Amino acid sequence: MPFITNTDQDRQAMLVRLGLSSVDDLFSELPVRFRNPDIELPPAASELEIMAELGRLARGNASDQNSICFIGGGVYDHFIPSLVDHLASRGEFTTAYTPYQAEASQGTLQAMYEYQTMVADLTGTDVVNASHYDGATSLAEACMMALAAGKGEKTTLLVAGSVHPEYRAVTRTYLQAQTGSLRILTTDGATHGMQADGSGDRPHTVEADAVTVDDLIAQIDENTAAVVVQNPDFFGRLHDIRPLVAAAHDAGALVIVHTDPIALGMFRAPGTDGADIVTGEGQPLGIPLSSGGPYLGIFGCRGELVRRMPGRLVGEAHDHDGNRGFVLTLNTREQHIRRERATSNICTNQGLMALRAAIYLAAVGPGGLQEIAELCYHKAHYAAAKIDALPGYSTGISGGSGQFFKEFVVTTPRPAAEIVAKLGRKGISAGLDLSRFYPEQSSKLLVAVTERRSRDDIDTLISGLREFAS
Amino acid sequence: MKFDDSVKYQKSHEWARKEGDLYIVGISDYAQDSLGDVVYVELPETGKSMKQGEAFGVVESVKAASDVYMPVSGEIAEINGELEDNPGLVNEDPFGGGWLMKIKPSSASDYDSLMSAAEYKEYTEGLEE
Repeated sequence: MPFITNTDQDRQAMLVRLGLSSVDDLFSELPVRFRNPDIELPPAASELEIMAELGRLARGNASDQNSICFIGGGVYDHFIPSLVDHLASRGEFTTAYTPYQAEASQGTLQAMYEYQTMVADLTGTDVVNASHYDGATSLAEACMMALAAGKGEKTTLLVAGSVHPEYRAVTRTYLQAQTGSLRILTTDGATHGMQADGSGDRPHTVEADAVTVDDLIAQIDENTAAVVVQNPDFFGRLHDIRPLVAAAHDAGALVIVHTDPIALGMFRAPGTDGADIVTGEGQPLGIPLSSGGPYLGIFGCRGELVRRMPGRLVGEAHDHDGNRGFVLTLNTREQHIRRERATSNICTNQGLMALRAAIYLAAVGPGGLQEIAELCYHKAHYAAAKIDALPGYSTGISGGSGQFFKEFVVTTPRPAAEIVAKLGRKGISAGLDLSRFYPEQSSKLLVAVTERRSRDDIDTLISGLREFAS
Repeated sequence: MKFDDSVKYQKSHEWARKEGDLYIVGISDYAQDSLGDVVYVELPETGKSMKQGEAFGVVESVKAASDVYMPVSGEIAEINGELEDNPGLVNEDPFGGGWLMKIKPSSASDYDSLMSAAEYKEYTEGLEE
């Protein structure tokens, strides 16, 4: 029996309606040679042979197994306790979704609830949802939520230039169909737009985008729905957001802070400092590096805003015998009930990734997280000081002035692309070449140092960089 | 089904009742019955001026979230704070304790354009068919 249950008569009726004479006519846009081409594949191989072949191909990749990783820019090479893989791969947990049938899914719901609780503690927010796809989509959803809270009266989002360029691009895409405008702020008070593909208007330099809290405060007005900052920012710098929160709240605007959960082991939680919505990329919490995901979007907010919060929420409840249980709660916020009035259409999440984050946080504990954060901080500062001392190198944007956490911008004596390529061949992933986002600037390298990097690893990077010193 | 004849109705199922200089506004018994258990009511800030027919808030039940519309133009004079803790009042007493807000009217003729209880009853019967 064919999988498509349309009868010949059904198909004929559809073709007549479309004004076509055959199914092939539907594909007339495609050149004939691309329709059902013969694909020449080698004969079927055994599992043994395939594993050998895939292994050979995989060894051609740089990975955290064969390369010392100093690349960050949103995802980081943190240590993952083996407990995380072990527990997360249990069959009972293996689903990417929050379950719809709450009564039959108590274990999964409890894990989500514990994830929400721990992340709420970490971010200093009253309520955390059961996750989004990744940090970028969390931030974009937060922006839509802030516009909805502005009720059409406050329609401008002030976005710091120091927010990750890819997050800005995703936010731009999400907001295309919304009433509201996005102003990307630069240090001189000018704003620049940004297109959905990530390209932007001038100015477009690291220095111009490296805004301070004061630059942002100066631009807040009565149309501001929210101020959007990343802390630590894309360049690794830390900001005291309290003056920004005060200024924004005075003007009736919300504050959205995108953060790194590892940094919260050591620094003040954005929610505690008054941020209304806190988002983050949850990948550092026990999720391995992979090409674009799956990662984890953290999303928390103040209790008063919960009705506008997107995504699924797991709540604690009691059955008629008084036993503790878990449910999906406040569903009326969601699009299956609220329809076109819902702030968001998100109805799924990264359940398996949220589970990993919950296991990670439970495994390392508050003290462990603080220790991990401090190791990152001190190792990054050791590396920055060493690099800054190399002739021709400077860490002026972040390392040299102000506070930074585990990442910093290095100005290089040779094009960053050249350094990255040459050190890559020696098994050192030296960092993220920022010309990818700032095409006019070829000598900016973003370097991240996690707790996994030993002093030897860092010294290996330093001697690699020294070869290009001027 | 109750059709209180001390109030006037509009097609989107809100009612208004004259109370001194103000109009007190709620949703009809028919509306609350169709919505089911009300779990949340979102109301505007007082002092805000809106026109007849403009959405002033949202009534959420376990199965739907519905905008509620101004029956007369004017300024929001008062909102029913009780609903924050007890939104079920909208179900229990739609013409009394479940009122939503009060309007200081800007037009005298808006109220006259609303339906009487008998007209509204006939209108809802038409909806059932």
